[in-house]
Amino acid sequence: MIAELGHFALIIGLCFALMQSLVPMIGSFKGYSSWMRLGYSLSLGQLFFVAISFVCLVCAFLMDDFSLKYVSQNSNTDLPAHYKVSAVWAAHEGSLLLWALILAGWTASVALFSRALPLVFSARILAVLGAISVGFGLFLLFTSNPFERLLPMTPLQGSDLNPLLQDIGLIIHPPMLYMGYVGFAVPFAFAIAALIGGQFDSAWARWSRPWINLAWVFLTLGITLGSWWAYYELGWGGWWFWDPVENASLMPWLVGTALMHSVAATEKRGVFRSWTLLLAIFAFSLSLLGTFLVRSGILTSVHAFAADPERGVFMLMFLAIVIGGSLMLFALRGPAMQKVAAYQGLSREAMLLINNVLLVSSMVMILIGTLYPLVADVLELGKISVGPPYFNFFFVPLSMGLVIAMGIAVFTRWKATASALLMSKIPLPLIIATASGIILPFVLRADSYVGYSVTAGLTLFLTAWLLATIGIDLKDKIGINLTRIAKLSRSYLGMQLAHSGIAICVLGVGLNAAYDEIRELRMAPGQSAMVADYQFDFVGVNRVSGPNFEAYRGQVNVLKNNAPVANLFPEKRQYNAGGQVMTEAALDPSLARDIYVSMGEPLADGAWALSLQVKPFIRCIWLGGVMIGLGGLLAATDRRYRRRKKPSPIMECNNG
Amino acid sequence: MGRFALYVPLVLFAILTLFLLKGLDRDPSELPSALVGEAFPAFALPSLMDEQRLITENDLASQVTLVNVWATWCFACRIEHPMLNKLAANGVAIVGINYKDQNQPAHQWLEQRGNPYQFNIVDASGSLGFDLGVTGAPETYLVDARGIIRYRRVGVVDQRIWDEEFSALYQQLMSDVK
Repeated sequence: MIAELGHFALIIGLCFALMQSLVPMIGSFKGYSSWMRLGYSLSLGQLFFVAISFVCLVCAFLMDDFSLKYVSQNSNTDLPAHYKVSAVWAAHEGSLLLWALILAGWTASVALFSRALPLVFSARILAVLGAISVGFGLFLLFTSNPFERLLPMTPLQGSDLNPLLQDIGLIIHPPMLYMGYVGFAVPFAFAIAALIGGQFDSAWARWSRPWINLAWVFLTLGITLGSWWAYYELGWGGWWFWDPVENASLMPWLVGTALMHSVAATEKRGVFRSWTLLLAIFAFSLSLLGTFLVRSGILTSVHAFAADPERGVFMLMFLAIVIGGSLMLFALRGPAMQKVAAYQGLSREAMLLINNVLLVSSMVMILIGTLYPLVADVLELGKISVGPPYFNFFFVPLSMGLVIAMGIAVFTRWKATASALLMSKIPLPLIIATASGIILPFVLRADSYVGYSVTAGLTLFLTAWLLATIGIDLKDKIGINLTRIAKLSRSYLGMQLAHSGIAICVLGVGLNAAYDEIRELRMAPGQSAMVADYQFDFVGVNRVSGPNFEAYRGQVNVLKNNAPVANLFPEKRQYNAGGQVMTEAALDPSLARDIYVSMGEPLADGAWALSLQVKPFIRCIWLGGVMIGLGGLLAATDRRYRRRKKPSPIMECNNG
Repeated sequence: MGRFALYVPLVLFAILTLFLLKGLDRDPSELPSALVGEAFPAFALPSLMDEQRLITENDLASQVTLVNVWATWCFACRIEHPMLNKLAANGVAIVGINYKDQNQPAHQWLEQRGNPYQFNIVDASGSLGFDLGVTGAPETYLVDARGIIRYRRVGVVDQRIWDEEFSALYQQLMSDVK
């Protein structure tokens, strides 16, 4: 019954979306203000019904209603309740429903917070968002209905949630990521509305900026969480694999980052107008493309989703309509490419251009690497896979260029920067960075790590460079009186926080690459091993039982200079329902280093294969990611965006 | 120039869509099946456990064998390995091709993760892989008792793929032997 209610609510939600895509749009052309205003209530109604539908699916999971095919495939009576909830978005159908819910949520917030926009404009935004909802609604109902019944052959027990997904990281990671993906629908809708109306100016840029920032914040946090989850859950200590699914999330992030920066230039100086529009379209298009690549099974990936050609065709049609249509509109209506405001080579505009070129190049090379196996296959060039060496070869230098440019950009001014100013600012951070790059690796080595590493030197150079430029710019702005920091605008502080986050993240990536130590050993109980200067004592293995699994739990005591550091309990679990064997790594985390122990296979005579790892500064990767996200959030809450504007003449006329 | 440049993204997207459309018809993990139905190519390569011993295609004959191409650099192989252990425990004869790999880490791998293989062929240069048309690891071949390749799977073999693609054929080949 509940499932039927959910199914029905979803259909009503689709009807609302259909109305929302048509009524305000027609009204905006005919000048019917009541039709346009209907968009607000329709979007709230849509959210209401999609939310009911989602809650119904959650209830079906909590009540173990295995007559639903989706529930029986992804849940089990033994599954703890919180995992039953997260199992809702563990596979295709439920993920898509979550997508629809989040899209409805974003749409409703646009309706609530954009009342100050000109009515014609906001009506079109809501209509575009409604049209996207229609696409997803149809996709859900016709190819991926989570409310499909298994009658009369109802199974008594479900086949359980994939153990890899039974984890706190997987409860929050997908919703965050989807918030980001779907959030880019908002700037996309802003761009389409601007193209339809032909109105694209700095007001447009100012309205869309907080939405771009918010979507980007969620995507940043989602990617960070995903990387963290992969690190501790996949059981071998890597944190990024250049897997197609990861690339699918990184590409919209890179374009979104470029968009954030180019829209700033558009707002302040009116430059890069068509480029900004194009990026807004691209950011959402890449989100859709990513979803398509992941869901259609067109690429092989370690993230195993069921491939279904019917879904693939449907999604490709949807993609062609949304992306093709918007690019066509862009071609027909886009502002011509000429520059409206002049700027010079050393200006902030030029630095933002460099930023955009580097970010978009990174995106393009990831796109090529991700799609090349497919293209090669279609062109009969054979089956090829593109691995981390390709991605690192391009991505690492491009990122280095970005970090260096970021440090210079902070000193530049709009329109033109006196070269004397730059010459006076740059030497100090350059000296600090060079000194750090040369000296610090030796300091770190004194703490036991291996000799001078070029990777570590470069990393420390880049981190110190970025932090020093940020520090110097802050000092220029507020002097040494730190209380005056509150006087700075939130968008400035947000920028500096996010850029510092990049520095921290670079530090984690580089030092971990340079110094991480891994030993894979056969150890019998009572044996010890040294990794870096930590001593690992393997105490032994017990059998333990979890709610839905049996496990071997090892105990490894870690000591440094004979002082105890941590007692770690890695596990080898066997899940009751599917029989899958999972490795649960045990960690002793700290900012300067992680100690990571995971269990391999049992060997003869009670011995086990163990992987012992010391990973310096790896936590900085995610700390940096969180800082980047918080920086974006801070910038999104800048006072400028919250100020209620006086109604513009157009609005008054429409309201009247 | 200005106005035409605006069409560039649209054209690029159209090209991409064509590729995606064609790509949909292809299963990325399915075989270009040149060798299915053919005899396993001739080779003479050392064994991983005993480097003095040479293995040839004759060592594959006389039983139904699952030939698994793997390497320690291959991430998906980590995921596949428990399934191989399970199959071996159920009596499936598995032979490994340690593909473009080094012996030391390969030994460690088997020590750590368990050894489902009856023996391993060291294909460090990838010459056997070339003859087989291996595109990457993991790949799995089902070879019958006469040494004829009967099925090929590119990518991870998990429980579902075993049940759907291998199990029936394997049972049939086994009953042919008896």
